[in-house]
Amino acid sequence: MSFDALAAAMAESDEGPMDSIPYARLLGARYRIEGDDVILTAAYSKSLIGSPTPPRLHGGAVAGLMEIAATAQVIHALREEEELPDLKPVDVTVDYLRAGQPEDTFAQARIVRMGRRVANVNVEAWQGERDRPIAAAHMNIMLKR
Amino acid sequence: MIKAAMKPVVTHFMSHVPHVKALGIKFSNAGRDWAELSLPWSEEIVGYPGKDGEKGVIASGAIFALMDTVGGFSVHAARMSSSGHATLDLRLDYLRPARPGETVVGYSKVQKLTRSVAFVRGYAQDGERDDPLALMSGIFMFTKGAKS
Repeated sequence: MSFDALAAAMAESDEGPMDSIPYARLLGARYRIEGDDVILTAAYSKSLIGSPTPPRLHGGAVAGLMEIAATAQVIHALREEEELPDLKPVDVTVDYLRAGQPEDTFAQARIVRMGRRVANVNVEAWQGERDRPIAAAHMNIMLKR
Repeated sequence: MIKAAMKPVVTHFMSHVPHVKALGIKFSNAGRDWAELSLPWSEEIVGYPGKDGEKGVIASGAIFALMDTVGGFSVHAARMSSSGHATLDLRLDYLRPARPGETVVGYSKVQKLTRSVAFVRGYAQDGERDDPLALMSGIFMFTKGAKS
């Protein structure tokens, strides 16, 4: 149970799919690295719809994308370490701010504190406008070294 | 318990929600103020790949989607209507990883209905009710269809 394949892909290329994680592939998630930041994109697909009329994204799909964004950000922050610790989510809280439209969705995480044992992370997801988030999440990720 | 005759209707309804279908979430049971859905293990929803060809662990995000769905379902059951609602917030504590290959069952119960929101609690387990893998706490807000 590790994210070594994703970490290797992220070290290799600044942009790409996340095919080493089947669930990320199901969401259509791609990452893009900009300096210290990792931005995730999920291109709109009908399979992400949770409420057919009117079409709205499933809240769980948005949450899933935000969890992956948090994990990818932690992997990126630890890129200088010799060995990537095992990363395990401890808890996640998602505030839903706006309905998810049938459009591309973006997510970016910010590490509030990187400890030896726990990474405390905030995540935002948005669609058209960066300053109109559709969801905000808080997540603690345990680092097993 | 909802009547057995209801089950095919609910199952049919759920199979037409694309993301629920994509994850493989299935209707299990429901009552006056609770609901239960299942998420069978499948390769597509693995978040932590197994080593050397072993089965991987279901992504926590997929379990979040299961619990969001079952939470909403329990609100429908408690309100005895299909009126709209939106998840206001949802929290999951991941007590342990799901067992590779096992079906995860999500249970949610409405603890309190007010005029505008429902407070729900629930848990996810993969075989034994007294050994949950995740605990859920959420609030669903009722929508009147106008705002999103």
